[in-house]
Amino acid sequence: MMDLIVCIKQVPDTTEVKINPETNTLVREGVPSIINPFDENAIETALQLKEQHGGKVTVITMGPPQASEALRTAIAMGVDEVVLVSDRAFAGSDTWATSYTLAQTIKKLGNFDLILCGKQAIDGDTAQVGPGIAEWLGIPQVTFAVKIDVDVDRRRSKIERLLEEVNEIVETPLPAVVSVVKQINEPRMPSLKGLMKAKKTEIKTLNAEAIAADIKNLGLKGSPTQVVRIFTPPPKGGGEILQGETAAIADSLISKLRERKIV
Amino acid sequence: MSIKVILDKCTGCTLCVKACPFAAITMVDRVAVIDLDACTLCNACIESCKFDAIEIELEKESSTDISHFKGVWVFAEQREEKVQNVAYELLGEGRKLAADLKTELAAVLCGSDKIEEEAGHLFAYGADKVYLVTHPELKHYKTLPYSRALTELIRTHKPEIFLLGATTTGRDLAARLAIRVGTGLTADCTGLSIDPEKKILQQTRPAFGGNIMATIISPNNRPQMATVRPKVFSKSPKKEGAQGQLIKYKPVISEEDLTVKLLEIVKDESVKINLAEAEIIVSGGRGLGEAKNFKLIEELAGVIGGAVGASRATVDAGWISPHHQVGQTGKTVAPKLYIACGISGKIQHLVGMQNSDTIVAINKDPDAPIFKVATYGIVGDLFEYVPLLTKKLKELRG
Repeated sequence: MMDLIVCIKQVPDTTEVKINPETNTLVREGVPSIINPFDENAIETALQLKEQHGGKVTVITMGPPQASEALRTAIAMGVDEVVLVSDRAFAGSDTWATSYTLAQTIKKLGNFDLILCGKQAIDGDTAQVGPGIAEWLGIPQVTFAVKIDVDVDRRRSKIERLLEEVNEIVETPLPAVVSVVKQINEPRMPSLKGLMKAKKTEIKTLNAEAIAADIKNLGLKGSPTQVVRIFTPPPKGGGEILQGETAAIADSLISKLRERKIV
Repeated sequence: MSIKVILDKCTGCTLCVKACPFAAITMVDRVAVIDLDACTLCNACIESCKFDAIEIELEKESSTDISHFKGVWVFAEQREEKVQNVAYELLGEGRKLAADLKTELAAVLCGSDKIEEEAGHLFAYGADKVYLVTHPELKHYKTLPYSRALTELIRTHKPEIFLLGATTTGRDLAARLAIRVGTGLTADCTGLSIDPEKKILQQTRPAFGGNIMATIISPNNRPQMATVRPKVFSKSPKKEGAQGQLIKYKPVISEEDLTVKLLEIVKDESVKINLAEAEIIVSGGRGLGEAKNFKLIEELAGVIGGAVGASRATVDAGWISPHHQVGQTGKTVAPKLYIACGISGKIQHLVGMQNSDTIVAINKDPDAPIFKVATYGIVGDLFEYVPLLTKKLKELRG
């Protein structure tokens, strides 16, 4: 039996975000809010581990009230329990304050064998919250996991990590925090039955007081980093489009590359 | 702390509505109203407002004394006892920061005793000091022993800035370390500078999948930590024989730091040339249509001595191993020549390769965004051009 906790984040689908070339600002209309894709892999990992070993999957998210939609999707995928951690005091949290808040929530929930996260969120792209949670809880972390085997009796897990050029196989004692990459699995679609259940579920919400958080570690005030400026990168000017017949274009390209002493 | 609109000053000009990346501002009765649930206190509206009508109230903490923290540190990441290029790039950039702060530049090199041989390279690339941290358990990177050793080093020597490469190792380590030493961390930076007045580190990085850039500071905590994207900054010219101060440090690593065991390193046989180090990369995208057509990319790469890259779509489709992926969630590369074949060029791909010296794009769609960053664009069928280029280049090379 395993107690599995998955930390997820609701994000704007950044692959759908576009820049208005005239105003040079983000075009937000029609950009859907989704579960961070890597976190869907983490949910799938937890569901598969539960299928193998038995146990319970709890999904938590920190965010505004509308983040409960992400939790409903998780229920529809088949998780057992969900918790929304939400409080005005959390606004402006950087990864330091976020990992503190999630770690406090996990302590509050009690028993756990494995905490799963996506490798990073597609809006912030930091990959810092998973290791941060591990440090706050004082347990090992294994990042960029592409394969996880658990030996429940020995309370150890063998994990393959996807690194730049190689993969690394490590063995960690449980409990541990593991962040997963996309290649680990194909997340399942929500089932019809799951969707019905999700609709009816009342979302359990915890605020700062409920997780016994130290207020000075929360939100903007608890965040060592501050965003001082946000801007749109200047658009790149395009280069030269080669014109002509196929063979002439190929020759022209090769001679240009030779001029530049590249080939 | 909170954010508020000063009603007397708001003119209803809607600049802040457009500036908000999170759609948290709407106009109600011709004044801006901020939805506090959607607002992340990112500051974008405050910058945009010409009338000083938006304020964030921050209760200033009296923080610990940070004036004792001096010096710029660079983590000299090593793999198989070779310092990685990103460390030399960080020394190049760190030198400028150290000059602006009138302070010294140090490299932190961890490994087994054998790693001392690499210290000379760090001096040659500009380090004034090298902290040589040796222990048998530091031979290969492992989170807990490295975190233990570096925490002690930071607490003892108090650097004001600590930079690490935004590699899998750098990101794994920095994230843990920042919490343990109680400081801020900015991920995956592409720009660093010193605020000339406040003398603090300004860290610029892409966010929202590369659609926007954010500048971040860590004003009240030290060291100011950042992971920095490889291939963005340049190394300083190498000065062979340069000398500096070598400070040897032997950390105490306890049993509890050794609970995670490294069992095996699995090489990927499909990686013939390491993407991060390659001078030429030929990349394939969705335009290839199916897995077997990566053969065309491999053939062209083979003829010109290049590495094989791939877009996220092809990796997701399982056409090629993830070790080849270029882009926001893959690798950042900046070779002399990058040839993008059948890659449309979504922003997530562009941020991973747009610093390449010369970019060639081959794509059927004349409106593909890849052409916006291409030095030379070919609007056409990759199935015609790629084999043709392979053939012609092969002839050329005899």
